[in-house]
Amino acid sequence: MFGLYGRTGVAAFVAFAAAGQLFAARRVKLFVEGETVRDAGNLPGKPVPQHKVYKTGKSDRSNSTSTRSVSRRSRVDEACAAVLAVGLSLFLAGIVPSAHAGDAGSASQTKPNYNLPKAFIGSLPITQLTEDEAISQALNRLAYGPRPGDVERIRQMGLERWITQQLNFDSIDDSAVSARLSGFDTLNMSSAKLLEKYPPPNRVAKEKGITPEEYRDQMKQKMEEQRQSLRQEGVDPAVIQLETLPGPQRIQMELNIATLDRAIYSNRQLYEVMANFWFNHFNVNANKGADRWLLTSYVEKTIRPHAMEKFEDLVLATAKSPAMLFYLDNWLSADPIAFQQMQAELAMRRRRFEGFFMGMTPPQQRQFPQPNKSLNGQPVNAPPRKQERGLNENYGREIMELHTLGVDGGYAQQDVIAVAKCLTGWTIRAPQKDAQFFFDDRIHDQSVKYVMGKRIDYGGMKDGEAVIHMLATSDATAHHISFQLAEHFVSENPPQALVNRMAQTFLSSDGDIRAVLKTMIYSREFWSRDAYRSKIKTPFELAVSAARSLGVDATVPVQLAQWVGRMGEPMYQCEPPTGYADTATVWVNAGSLLNRLNFALTLATNHIQGVNADLQTLLGEDASANPKVALTRALNDFLDSQVSDGTRATLEKQLSDPQVLQARLDDPVKHVNEGLIAGLVLGSPEFQRR
Amino acid sequence: MKMTRRVFLKSGGVAMVGMTAMPAFLQRAIAATPAPNKKKLVVLFQRGAMDGLNVVVPFAEPNYYRLRPTIAIPQPKSGGQDAAIDLDGFFGFHPSLQPLAQLFHSGQLAVVQAVGSPDPTRSHFDAQDFMESGTPGKSSTNDGWLNRSLVAMPEEQPSSFRAVAFGPYLPLTLRGNAPAIAIPDLKQFRLFGNPQVTESSFEAMYADSVDKALHGVGAETFEAIDSLKKLDPDSYQPENGAQYPNSRFGKSLQEIAELIKADVGMEVAFLDSGGWDHHVNEGGAQGQLSNLLRDLGQGLAAFHQDLGEHMDDIVFVSMSEFGRTAHENGNRGTDHGHANCMLLMGGQVKGGKVYTKWPGMNEGQLYQDRDLAVTTDFRSVLGEILTKHLRNPDLSPVFPGFENDPRKFVNILKA
Repeated sequence: MFGLYGRTGVAAFVAFAAAGQLFAARRVKLFVEGETVRDAGNLPGKPVPQHKVYKTGKSDRSNSTSTRSVSRRSRVDEACAAVLAVGLSLFLAGIVPSAHAGDAGSASQTKPNYNLPKAFIGSLPITQLTEDEAISQALNRLAYGPRPGDVERIRQMGLERWITQQLNFDSIDDSAVSARLSGFDTLNMSSAKLLEKYPPPNRVAKEKGITPEEYRDQMKQKMEEQRQSLRQEGVDPAVIQLETLPGPQRIQMELNIATLDRAIYSNRQLYEVMANFWFNHFNVNANKGADRWLLTSYVEKTIRPHAMEKFEDLVLATAKSPAMLFYLDNWLSADPIAFQQMQAELAMRRRRFEGFFMGMTPPQQRQFPQPNKSLNGQPVNAPPRKQERGLNENYGREIMELHTLGVDGGYAQQDVIAVAKCLTGWTIRAPQKDAQFFFDDRIHDQSVKYVMGKRIDYGGMKDGEAVIHMLATSDATAHHISFQLAEHFVSENPPQALVNRMAQTFLSSDGDIRAVLKTMIYSREFWSRDAYRSKIKTPFELAVSAARSLGVDATVPVQLAQWVGRMGEPMYQCEPPTGYADTATVWVNAGSLLNRLNFALTLATNHIQGVNADLQTLLGEDASANPKVALTRALNDFLDSQVSDGTRATLEKQLSDPQVLQARLDDPVKHVNEGLIAGLVLGSPEFQRR
Repeated sequence: MKMTRRVFLKSGGVAMVGMTAMPAFLQRAIAATPAPNKKKLVVLFQRGAMDGLNVVVPFAEPNYYRLRPTIAIPQPKSGGQDAAIDLDGFFGFHPSLQPLAQLFHSGQLAVVQAVGSPDPTRSHFDAQDFMESGTPGKSSTNDGWLNRSLVAMPEEQPSSFRAVAFGPYLPLTLRGNAPAIAIPDLKQFRLFGNPQVTESSFEAMYADSVDKALHGVGAETFEAIDSLKKLDPDSYQPENGAQYPNSRFGKSLQEIAELIKADVGMEVAFLDSGGWDHHVNEGGAQGQLSNLLRDLGQGLAAFHQDLGEHMDDIVFVSMSEFGRTAHENGNRGTDHGHANCMLLMGGQVKGGKVYTKWPGMNEGQLYQDRDLAVTTDFRSVLGEILTKHLRNPDLSPVFPGFENDPRKFVNILKA
């Protein structure tokens, strides 16, 4: 098609892409629907590109109804008639692009309107963004990007109302997501139940009296047979993939799926963003031993119920969660002296017990084989292995450094030790069977501790509770958490003044997460030009926002989860307790970009099993015969038409490629490769940002 | 005038039109040509704080056994599989490092013990940042020592593989103004779809982007893709009977070897490994640490074997953010400590020696009464490598504020 223009055509094209960009640069909403109007009475062979300027504002809003087909049609009809003149003038202007592009821009009747209607913004302090930009900012930060229809929905209902709803998410109906998740049984299972249903392979092997390798081979074969028979039954390949995951991996995959489904489909978007934010903040790695079985209840029962409530409750819940206790080793931390006393008492009891069963093998010999190995060639007075247990600093350090105060929060090594001592005895009952928190006073350090100058001598479990209260409500914590929230929601270097105000709210509201969010959302900084589109998407955010953009139906998104991992953010498998980074330099660099591009292409061309995009419906029937329409709509739907000159020009240039048109010599009908166009847009530099 | 593709791409607004119109053979022709036989540096970062005292075991230090009643590695003279492998009568390798002991004794491998950062932090994350930025105590540095070293030695026509990280993202060590690339998986380093459409589109979009974080990233990515087209990673066969362990570490080492042999102009390679943070059940001769060390030893030995004579031009160096407590904790593990050890391997290494100013492990000798003290700054080891091996003439921008006096080098490299 491009070739038809000839030389001037190309010039014109570039020019109006440039003109279009000028509008965009002025924050004016512009839809360039440059369609070749063969059927509108033009001379054949002289296609004329058409333009249609969409103005934001009330009058337009009433025109563009929420249903895609109607607004499409009206756009096209209008395009066919009224705006022809504008198109022509631009086309002519294009012949001398540099001289006239600017004129064309200033000829537009719309200037960026930052004075948004009260009914729309309420008391949100938005002064630097247009209505479209404000909606885009809200959807990209307080949600995982727009789904088809979202922008119009917010336009209709008003931005403040939408935000208020998101903050008070309980009232939002989310039954559709529940329905989607209903087939994933592990989500509602206790860790005990999960252990029973998906036992650790090593344990099963032992029970069967075979080696773990033999068991693994057996399972492999069994899964292969199952795969074959499911294939013969014609089962969806994505379902097969899930069904044939070996044992415990199923648990984690269902959790991945639930997290993806919720992020993609939940109407409680802000809540989902916060749930994932907190999981990452209180990170636990599924690959660490028992945590695979403990993680589901950690997400469902520990993190999610507190995601928008009180911060202290969240810290306390994580401190008592078997998943965290295991991950950061606190379940084993004990006062060494108290532990020895306990051992002695147990041994005494055993001896008494033995008295009744003279002649039988003493139980402690089975349980406590005496290694007493010589280590350096000399006999060593090492105590029997299992009988020594003592303090473990791991959790004591991370609860301060990562979870509450922050690394510069004013604590020293002796505070790490003191906090660890306060938390001795916070452990897990029956970790291998039915992991539950329990406080074991017998191994608790009873001494008086000093944490950052504060004397703690309550005794028992209150020591830990006092420390957690102290940490969770401290000034340093208020700032640390506020900074991290602002870093995630506002910008990588959030303004100090904003962080301070959020921290004030944190302190005055008793760590009310919702209140802190409200302070942030009702700040000028949140709606500033600096913040707008300044964040790079993490791989998870990229995958979810792309899926939302395409309006996909993710039935069993196993491969989607795998793609998130491939792009560098394997879900629930971040090894260090820091969680994944929230900064651009970590996520975007040469080489790692490649996976993002491949993901975009794979998703949009429907090559990710269990995730289906219907681009014909999404982009409209007419788009399948007209690549330009397809591109314009993709840009509008995925990026709110806010793309650079370069991106737009590059994309438009590709439209004439046989790969895009899928033209065949013997087939006069051209079917546009909409997937490829959508994939290119989703892989654009602009889509990497939110 | 020579014109690299990157320069070409950045040279003005016609690039997006011009580039895509250019025939593929021309694109490849102007791709950077590598300079063969250059000195190469391979850097391993062991994340999580490796327990250096159980890796290079001070078996002649009685306090070692006093402080580690259940996890200490037995003395070499005790014999058997679990004993340390004697290196110099005082230090011994963990038994899982058997393959490295041979390299040590043949003069290809050396150890620095009691080395680390002067900063007292016991935060993994700060300490990793400090070691990677090369600026202990300063968390605002946002580029890495290795990248600054490349900046200090500009090349007229750098290969897009001059600096490569093997993994899903670029570590801080390699972030900065000099181009560096992350290769998540060498076998899959290509763009899907028809390259005429996908490659030229994405390439132009990113080359033309005004986005600071993304500008240039695309161009570098596509240059690398182009250069790799002639490689066939699937058919790579390690030489000299080398067998890499079937692990991420082994896979990355093999990819490094492949790129070195392919002569694509790689000068520095970075890889990392995780799982070293053993607060619980670290194990002694057997156990968690042992398993990681087996992977380390087998991997490095295979790498050395595979590369053969290439090793004359290669220096390998390892580091970890800090060491672990001298005493074991209450769960047969160790907590966050201070000094650690570094391994160096290659033809230029004066191997067969443990380089250390041993601080001792007596009560008065331990750092803050609990950790092995740092007696060698990690920057002086790295400084020596950069100076002698990569021929960096000026270390002051690489390690700002640290006087890297060549007279104070450990003298672990030849020349």
